[in-house]
Amino acid sequence: MIRVQREDFDVGTELAALTQDNPGVGGMCSFVGLVRDLHPDARTPGAESGEGRVTAMTLEHYPGMTEKMLERIDAEAHRRWPIEASLVIHRFGRMEPGERIVLVATASAHRQAAFDSCQFLIDWLKTKAPFWKLEETPDGGRWVDARDSDDTAASRWGSDDWAAE
Amino acid sequence: MQILYFAWLKTHTGTSQETVEPPAAVSDVAGLLDWLAGRSDGHAKALEDRQAVRVAVNQEYARPSDPVKPGDEVALFPPVTGG
Repeated sequence: MIRVQREDFDVGTELAALTQDNPGVGGMCSFVGLVRDLHPDARTPGAESGEGRVTAMTLEHYPGMTEKMLERIDAEAHRRWPIEASLVIHRFGRMEPGERIVLVATASAHRQAAFDSCQFLIDWLKTKAPFWKLEETPDGGRWVDARDSDDTAASRWGSDDWAAE
Repeated sequence: MQILYFAWLKTHTGTSQETVEPPAAVSDVAGLLDWLAGRSDGHAKALEDRQAVRVAVNQEYARPSDPVKPGDEVALFPPVTGG
């Protein structure tokens, strides 16, 4: 299941609902992404004084295409692994440090499929779903650049013919 | 043709969307970006580094050689950073 929403979510409630009435589930994996207060580039002298500190983040997305890409990534996970259930919730709008941005969860009869498919979902989501982060700092706003490490993480699951690498 | 701009492409062009009518000679993504770059200094700046621009035509990722036609929804954006 895919949800793109402005509102926060409750992890416990969502995970309970995911496996409810499915005794075939033997394990579940989840990943929760949070807004952090420091940009990786700011972990340098000067950061302690507040310079580079992220005071808030705004997630922008492309309505319509976002849902389409997430549905496709979710379908791909179900094609690759024997998972019983899956959930992706991605928020948009303005959030402050500590707030939840994204929840990915997968449930399977055995743990390995749950682990792998959960990692796959977040890795592909980060490189294919049209979301962009605008960080607010005391010095003004800056758009977060895509990271090579995210591309590397996504590429280990192989490629596809429908999304930009 | 509807053009959508996201993230810093929107900042540079100063608009999140515009309706354009490119000349008939513009038939693919690369040609469209060349033409859009001539619309203003902001557009030129947004499209300066083509390696940093991703394109979707009718909500599907597209390559420079992919076709565009009147009525298409074309989105321009930087590499994505969700999650």
